[in-house]
Amino acid sequence: MAAHIDLQDVRVRFGARVVFDALTCAFPRGAVSVILGGSGSGKSTMLRLVAGLLRPSHGRVLVAGDDVAKLSARDLRRARRSIGMMFQGGALLDSFSVFENLAFPLREHAGLGAEQVTAAVHARLEAVGLTGVDRLLPGQLSGGMMKRVALARAMMMDPDVLLCDEPFSGLDPVSLRRVERLLQTVNRERGITMVVVSHHIASTLRLADHVVMLLPGRVVSGPPDDLLERDDPLVQAFLREEDVDVPATEVEFRA
Amino acid sequence: MKAVAQLGRWAVGSVEQLGRLTVFAVAVLRAALTPPVRGRAFLAELYKLGVRSLIIIGVSGFAVGMVLGLQGYNTLVRFGATESLGAVVGLSLIRELGPVLTGLLATGRAGSATTAEIGAMVVTDQLDGLRMMSIEPVHLVVTPRALALVMVMPLLCAIFIVTGLWGGYLIGVGVMGVDGGSYLTSLESSVDFVDDVVGAGIKALVFGVLVGLISTYRGYTCVPTSAGVSDATTSTVVVASVSILVFDYFITALWGV
Repeated sequence: MAAHIDLQDVRVRFGARVVFDALTCAFPRGAVSVILGGSGSGKSTMLRLVAGLLRPSHGRVLVAGDDVAKLSARDLRRARRSIGMMFQGGALLDSFSVFENLAFPLREHAGLGAEQVTAAVHARLEAVGLTGVDRLLPGQLSGGMMKRVALARAMMMDPDVLLCDEPFSGLDPVSLRRVERLLQTVNRERGITMVVVSHHIASTLRLADHVVMLLPGRVVSGPPDDLLERDDPLVQAFLREEDVDVPATEVEFRA
Repeated sequence: MKAVAQLGRWAVGSVEQLGRLTVFAVAVLRAALTPPVRGRAFLAELYKLGVRSLIIIGVSGFAVGMVLGLQGYNTLVRFGATESLGAVVGLSLIRELGPVLTGLLATGRAGSATTAEIGAMVVTDQLDGLRMMSIEPVHLVVTPRALALVMVMPLLCAIFIVTGLWGGYLIGVGVMGVDGGSYLTSLESSVDFVDDVVGAGIKALVFGVLVGLISTYRGYTCVPTSAGVSDATTSTVVVASVSILVFDYFITALWGV
């Protein structure tokens, strides 16, 4: 599959701490890619790079051929209309109701009438299995409901790319499977390129077409079945959830 | 030598902060002039920052007026000039105490709340969520709050002054026995509309700009942790309060307001 998202020779540092140094990896078009790695390995940083929320000090971040690291503020805003992002904590506007949160991007950009907006919001909520929550505030939702509303909002503008930061964290097994199925459905029905950051190995193996593992000092990627057969103790440790000593490095990633 | 190096670092840091604040101010101004007009958000902030500050401003103004009435009477009685009480209370409130105390109270009440609210939005990724919806947070979140603070400050100042004048009247006339007609006549004859009243409005407007910019900037740039929000809120109160006092001196010295 051709790459939809391509990170080339990317360097990111926060002060003295180097997160990525010469990182190169790609995410195939139309596939579900899952980023795995230890805490602090830069998984969420990678999503923020793709979303254009963080600019690398060096390298290119290509999304559908556009280098989001080099776009002007106006072009970046335009490019983001085709990128949806589901944040770990939902990032819903807490003073807006669920309905207002979902209607907001449509009112801002789609130029739809009130009835069309209402219909679109209800259709999205129904798609994620939520009804009767329009008037609730985000603070009144459970963790699972919050994730589903966040997913619905990320999908409001029919994006080509969906970025999900820890969509399974803090969920009970039933809610987790529900969110997992939703992501699968969204990917299959719409052919969206999805990049998911997760710590949840079982979900990863069920969901992923492609896995990117951020290991200390290197990156390993490929289909999950291929990775499972690799003779690499760190890869095996992650995928089979075994105990292993992970070597510490000053540079989190170096290709 | 070490002290000089520290001083140098502090100076460079301060200039950098000032530069960033200026860039931020330009972004806010540009957002204010760029469609779409955020009328609903602006009105909501006017209510939150203005209407909800009315009680604290009214009560404080009345209390300050009562103190001025009492202190003014006790001083003027020594010179047999108690009929000038209205002028003393009025000029003190209009030229100085009204704008400055309103600025300080609004900083503590509305400025700190603004910083904490925007800071909480930073911590919970709400601003990044807006960016991912192709909505500029400065346009939607910052500008309505900053503009509302600029607009409510002169209005709150006017309320502070009016309640203060009545507080002074209550003590001077009601308690100390000053003639009510003298109080109001001395007030009317000593206060010049352009020099005093318009000047107070200008001061309050400047203080509104200071509090609006500092509180939104501190919230917008806070470190995304609970300690970061707390630091930003404290910093807003300290920096805005000191700025109000410093600017008050320069406005008075340069323009005689």
